[in-house]
Amino acid sequence: MSVSTVGNNIYRWLNERLGINTAILPVIEHPVPETDWFYVLGSATLVAFIFQVITGVALAMSYVPAPNSAYDSLQFITHSAVLGSLIRGIHYFGASAMVILVACHSAHVFLVGSYKFPRELNWLSGTFLLLFTLGMAFTGQLLRWDQSAYWAVVVAAEQAARTPFIGTWLVELVIAGQTVGGATLTRFYATHVFLLPALMFLFIGIHLYLVIYLGISEMPTPGDPVDPATYKERYHHLLETEGIPFWPDAAWKDVVFALGVGLVVVLLAAFIGPPELEKLADPSVLQAYPRPDWEFLWLFALLALIPPSIENEFIIGFPALIIILFLILPFIANKGERSPKRRPWAVAMVLIGFLSIALLVRQGEIAPWSPETNIQPLPSPVVENLKTPGEVRGAALYQNLGCQGCHAIQGVGGLKGPSLDGVGTRLTREQLISQIMNGSPNMPAYAGHVTTQQLNDLVDFLQTLK
Amino acid sequence: MANPTAEQRLMNRRVFLSRISIALTTLAGAVVAIPMVAYLLSPLLKPAINVWVPLGTTDGFPLGQTVEAVYHDPSPVPWAGLTALTAVWVRRVTQDQFIVFAVNCTHLGCPVRWVPDASLFICPCHGGVYYADGAVAAGPPPLPLFRYDNRVLNGVLEIRTRPLPVG
Repeated sequence: MSVSTVGNNIYRWLNERLGINTAILPVIEHPVPETDWFYVLGSATLVAFIFQVITGVALAMSYVPAPNSAYDSLQFITHSAVLGSLIRGIHYFGASAMVILVACHSAHVFLVGSYKFPRELNWLSGTFLLLFTLGMAFTGQLLRWDQSAYWAVVVAAEQAARTPFIGTWLVELVIAGQTVGGATLTRFYATHVFLLPALMFLFIGIHLYLVIYLGISEMPTPGDPVDPATYKERYHHLLETEGIPFWPDAAWKDVVFALGVGLVVVLLAAFIGPPELEKLADPSVLQAYPRPDWEFLWLFALLALIPPSIENEFIIGFPALIIILFLILPFIANKGERSPKRRPWAVAMVLIGFLSIALLVRQGEIAPWSPETNIQPLPSPVVENLKTPGEVRGAALYQNLGCQGCHAIQGVGGLKGPSLDGVGTRLTREQLISQIMNGSPNMPAYAGHVTTQQLNDLVDFLQTLK
Repeated sequence: MANPTAEQRLMNRRVFLSRISIALTTLAGAVVAIPMVAYLLSPLLKPAINVWVPLGTTDGFPLGQTVEAVYHDPSPVPWAGLTALTAVWVRRVTQDQFIVFAVNCTHLGCPVRWVPDASLFICPCHGGVYYADGAVAAGPPPLPLFRYDNRVLNGVLEIRTRPLPVG
């Protein structure tokens, strides 16, 4: 018997038992409208999810979800385990890729109006998948169990506590007790590896079923609005006249793009590698610099930049508002124009949304609102300019009092307060004294903390800054 | 009442069977789900623990200074490790007057650090700054640093624990 005959026999055997020709091929070869490259974002998100499941299973083989071991086991994975660094790197960059892809997929579906009739439930199940993906990103960062992770849980708990009526209960549920402790880590671990993935499998199943049952939306045509009364009929007519088999005529684009995403993720993992862990989570070490990864850094930055007076409403209200807008969108706008060319507001919202997030992530990285804790020596031109003993004492005092934390001189120092370059000409001696002694809403008052002699020295020094 | 036909009897039987199947499945689900949900919610069922815990002998807290102290969670899980610890800032105002601050910034809970030279607490997250007495000096915090009740018993400074969110 030749090889091809054996192959045919195996195929026939399987076909009789699996129904390949009668049940499976019709589904994967079902006709779809011809679409452009932006339609690959959804399948690429799914591929990124599969990457996360596979590398996640590998990581779970060694990770120990207990406060005294989590950190060490992760250090072992990163530095000692064979290919551990690569696996953790893929999981790390794959998570970023998945968040980016799911965001771009939602934006695209919104822009081309694919969420309109009859695909409202596609959009709703997709909204839940977007939320679950963000939940995975957040819980995943905590499993590092380093200082940032520990304090991120505390910050999350403090935010949850601002929820009206149920805030305190919510905190106890999130941290599984009254303080962040041993029970907190296992709760986040179970959420990250069992609860959220199970929900995601369920919702991906629903989402894919809907994609196949209702069909991939056709490319929008300007001036051709969705009318629920005629849409399905017109869509089926389009498939009959112009449809192409999903496999392989349409799917090859998905395959090429997914391969590209996979390559980028693996290359980043191999050449940049996973982020180094910070110091072990230790509540008694208060030298922490808690920052979320970029997926939440924009929210972190936003919380520094909004006026404190609206903060209570904002912390819960802002995420709630966005989620509500996502959930009601397919009900308030499920018919009409689909093309972005006729929906300038939709385009503007997506552009503003993405631009704001990018800018806020950048702000979160610089954190200009935060005092600089890494104090550098004064630049030498400033030191060389000091003449009287008072000026020299004032310069030392400037360092010791931590003024540099917020103020920069010739680019050295923090960004929270104004730069002091030229302050000697900008402000009079009396204005300087008043500012130091009384402070301002954004600067502590030093009255009572510095002596008259110290104050004079400090002002002597500041007046050398011309 | 007229005798039902064979077909009507079959339909009645089908309605009965589907209803009983749905009811039994729901019951089976509830039998598993109720204890599981209760287990997940169990942190809510435990009463809050506010007990006095020692921070150390008073001579460990120099007059006029602010130092860090640590206490042990009154009821940690056995595997809690380091997370059974909670840090506080202790300021000895006079010989027998202490202020014990929660380390959490009142803005979002990040740990404030004490900068002795500037005599300020500084938060690393969003730039909150507090004076030595815990009053807000700058930045977004809405409230002064939270304080713990404290007392001195036999030369040992004690505080009453409070759960997260501290406040």
